[in-house]
Amino acid sequence: MQHDTYSEAYIRKILQDVKTIAMVGASANDVRPSYFAMKYLLTKEYNIVPVNPREAGREILGQKVFSSLSEIDQPVDMVDIFRNSEAADALTDEAIAIGAKVVWMQLRVRNDAAAERAEKAGLKVVMDRCPKMEYGKLSGEWGWLGAVSGRISSKRAVLFGNRIQSLSIATRGS
Amino acid sequence: MSSDDTPHFDTLCIHAGAQPDPTTGARATPIYQTTSFVFDDVDHAASLFGLQAFGNIYTRIMNPTQAVLEERIAALEGGTAALACASGHGAQLLIFHALMEPGDEFVAVGQLYGGSINQFNHSFKKFDWNVNWADATDLSTIEKAVTPKTKLIFIESIANPGGVVVDIAGISKIARAAGVPLVVDNTLATPYLCRPIEHGADIIVHSLTKFIGGHGNSMGGVIVDAGTFNWSREGRYPTLSEPCESYHGLKLHETFGPIAFAIACRVLGMRDLGPCISPMNAFLIIQGMETLSLRMKKHCENTMVVADWLNEHKDVAWVSYAGLPGDRHNKLAQKYCPQGAGAVFTFGLRGGYEAGVKVVSNVEMISHLANIGDVRTLIIHPSSTTHRQLSEHQQIAAGAGPDVLRLSIGLEDPSDIIKDLEQALASAV
Repeated sequence: MQHDTYSEAYIRKILQDVKTIAMVGASANDVRPSYFAMKYLLTKEYNIVPVNPREAGREILGQKVFSSLSEIDQPVDMVDIFRNSEAADALTDEAIAIGAKVVWMQLRVRNDAAAERAEKAGLKVVMDRCPKMEYGKLSGEWGWLGAVSGRISSKRAVLFGNRIQSLSIATRGS
Repeated sequence: MSSDDTPHFDTLCIHAGAQPDPTTGARATPIYQTTSFVFDDVDHAASLFGLQAFGNIYTRIMNPTQAVLEERIAALEGGTAALACASGHGAQLLIFHALMEPGDEFVAVGQLYGGSINQFNHSFKKFDWNVNWADATDLSTIEKAVTPKTKLIFIESIANPGGVVVDIAGISKIARAAGVPLVVDNTLATPYLCRPIEHGADIIVHSLTKFIGGHGNSMGGVIVDAGTFNWSREGRYPTLSEPCESYHGLKLHETFGPIAFAIACRVLGMRDLGPCISPMNAFLIIQGMETLSLRMKKHCENTMVVADWLNEHKDVAWVSYAGLPGDRHNKLAQKYCPQGAGAVFTFGLRGGYEAGVKVVSNVEMISHLANIGDVRTLIIHPSSTTHRQLSEHQQIAAGAGPDVLRLSIGLEDPSDIIKDLEQALASAV
C-alpha cells in the first residue's frame, strides 16, 4: 500500500487493536520526544516495553527496559521505532521475527524497502507518524492545541475512564 | 489523515474543530468563561506544564472555546495548527518574537495596513528587529532587500487599503531561495478567496476582527502554521531548533514537528507576553466563521456593483479595485482570488482632499469609522486616520495618499449603498 497518507480507519484500527507496544529508542531523558510519547501512551493504558541497550535492566517510567526486541519476554503487538530511517531496516526484520503485527516508524522516519518486507510478512506498517499525535487526532485531544485533526464528527467525544481532560479512541458503546 | 477524506470548505466553516461536548452534549461550541482548569492529580499537572500531555491549564495559554476557533481557521487555510490572539497586532508580535533575535532583519513590502507599518517601523525597532522595506509590485526590490540577517518576508495577500493583489508564489520563491519563511497577512482575502499556503506561504496571520468575525463586534487575531518550514535545517531559528531553557532543554521543532511554530508562539510568546483572546470573543468569531462563505460571496458581489458604479461617476477620478476588468492588479486577482478581489477598495475624487473629507461627513447610512470587514458598509479617509502617522511619501506608497477614500462594502442591498454614495458625492462637489 502507499504510505504518503493513511485513512482514519486504518490508524484507528491499529491503535484500538494493539495492547503491547515495544518502543525502540525509548529514552530516560524526560524532555526527549520518545519519553513524551511513552508517558502519554501509558496514560492511555497501553503496555509499553522500552527497548534501549544503554538503559537495559533499568526502568523508564516504571517499565523494565530490554536491550533488544528479541529479548522481550512477552508477546509484542506493535514495534514503535524511535530511531533513524536506516536503523529501521534491521529493526523491521526483528519485528517480523518476534511476531509483531504492526511496525510503526516515528515522525521523519521512513524506510519503504523495510515496509514492503513487513507487509509481505503480513504486518501492518505506519511511517512518518507519531502514535501520540495520531491518538490525539482520533480522540479529539489534538484540537485542544488548536491543531487540525482532519476529523468532523457530530458524536460526543468519549471520555477516557474517570479522568479529567482525557479522551479515548474507543468506539462509543463498545 | 488522508487528504481524500478532507471535507470541503463550506463544511469546514461550520464543523471543523467543533465536536459536541463530551459531558453535556452541547452542540454549539460552549463559551468556557473560566480562567483555569483543575488537574486530576499532581502528576497530571506536571505533565501539562511539561507539555507532555494535551490539555488546558490556564486561559492565557489555551481555552476550549478558543481551540475550536483555532482548529477551524487552520483547517480553512490548509495549515496544521493555529494560535488565536487578542488582535492581529498581537498575533504579529508573537510571530516575530518566535523568529527574531535582537539585531535581526526582516523584509516587508510597503503595501501594508498602516498599523503594521507603524508596528514595524517603531515598536519592533525597540526590540532591535529591523525592517527593510520593498515594493510588492516589483519583486526585484524584495530580492535586493534580503540580507544574511533576514529572518522572514512579510506581505499581505490583498493589500489594505490600496486594492493591490500580491504575487504570493513569486515572493515565496524569493523566500525559499533565502531560506526564510514567507509570512502572509490574509485578512482582506480570508481563506474563502485566497489560501496563501497553496502558493508557498509558511505562516498566515489574520485580524479576525474583520471578515472572519464579520460583524464588527469582537477583536481577535490568529497565527496559522503551514507546517511546511524546516526550522532545524540551518539553526537560524534557535527558539525552535535549540534546547529551550524554560522547558528544561526541550527542543520544540524536534518534539512538535509540523505544529512546532504554532506551539512555540503559544508556549513561549503567549505564555510570556500574554496577548490572549477572551473566550467570549472566540465564540463570537466562531459564529461569524460559520457563514464566511455566504458573506464573502455577497461582499464581493456588492463590491463589484459599487466599484462599477463609482468607476462611471463623473466626479470620481479613479477606482482601485482589482476585481474590475482593466485594473492593474486584475490579472493577479484572477490568479490568487478568482472568486472575488475582496470588499475593500479605494477611490479618488476629482475634487481631491477637500471633496474626500466632505464625502465621509456627508454619508448617512454608510459608517465613517476605522474598521473593515463588517456586515455594514464602512468608509474612511486613510490619510487623516489609519495612515495619519505616515509621511506623505509612505502614504502614497501604501496606496493611502491625501485624495484617497477607502470603502469596505457591507451586505446591505447594493442599491442603497449606491444611493448613499450618490447623495454624499452630489453635495461634496
